[in-house]
Amino acid sequence: MELAFFSLVAVTAVISGIMVITCRSPINSALSLVLTFFCLATFYVMLDAPFMAAIQVLVYAGAIMVLIIFVIMLLNLRTEVSRASTHALVIGSVLGVAVLLELFVLISRGTLTGFKGMITPQLVERLGHTELIGAALYTDFLLPFEVTSILLLAAIVGAVVLAKKKI
Amino acid sequence: MVTLQHYLLISAILFALGTVGVLTRRNAIVIFMCVELMLNAVNLTFIALSKFLGNLDGQVFVFFVMTVAAAEAAVGLALMIAFYKNRESIDVEEMNLMKW
Repeated sequence: MELAFFSLVAVTAVISGIMVITCRSPINSALSLVLTFFCLATFYVMLDAPFMAAIQVLVYAGAIMVLIIFVIMLLNLRTEVSRASTHALVIGSVLGVAVLLELFVLISRGTLTGFKGMITPQLVERLGHTELIGAALYTDFLLPFEVTSILLLAAIVGAVVLAKKKI
Repeated sequence: MVTLQHYLLISAILFALGTVGVLTRRNAIVIFMCVELMLNAVNLTFIALSKFLGNLDGQVFVFFVMTVAAAEAAVGLALMIAFYKNRESIDVEEMNLMKW
């Protein structure tokens, strides 16, 4: 049952991923990407990470994709008339297949090592995923968390400077 | 039974799709979306490994990846609008000022 559901979501994710890179119109690509994000959010729920699924839908499908769709509409982009030159298409596809093969070999030959942690699905269910993430974020990862705020400040300043009339 | 390998496989396929998109498309916004697809494939790997190792560190990293993606979206899209104002197009073939 779980495998059947997983296969359904996986096939949807891969098909919408293919549509992202093949659709001629950017708006269709963007909508396919939203579908891929929803499939990934489903995977996160299946992996006992409900908070990450919520963030995926709110931040990625909600905020980032709306921003991208706004820009597509603002620039009034139309369907690409000219396709990429054939040598770019061939080289890109060959490199993509090479990456895929490499990752397949890595996954099939590699083994998982490392220390088993103590987070179990039962613990996540009892304490709540948000609480566990929050505790990790404010204790072990406090410095990276604060540095992230500097990154966001730089992004805000950068976006405002780039949006000026004369650049 | 769904194992770790299944998730890693899906993640690998999505990452390769993103790579092909970045290398073959010419529209800057579509390239940007393919980069987002690759970032999400990596996020899936992080969360799958975090579950199978019983450790939350991977999920905290996904949090940071999402922050970087948001910052990248804000600056990247502002750059594209600035480029469009100058060139009336966001085709990457026209970004050739520093081309050798």
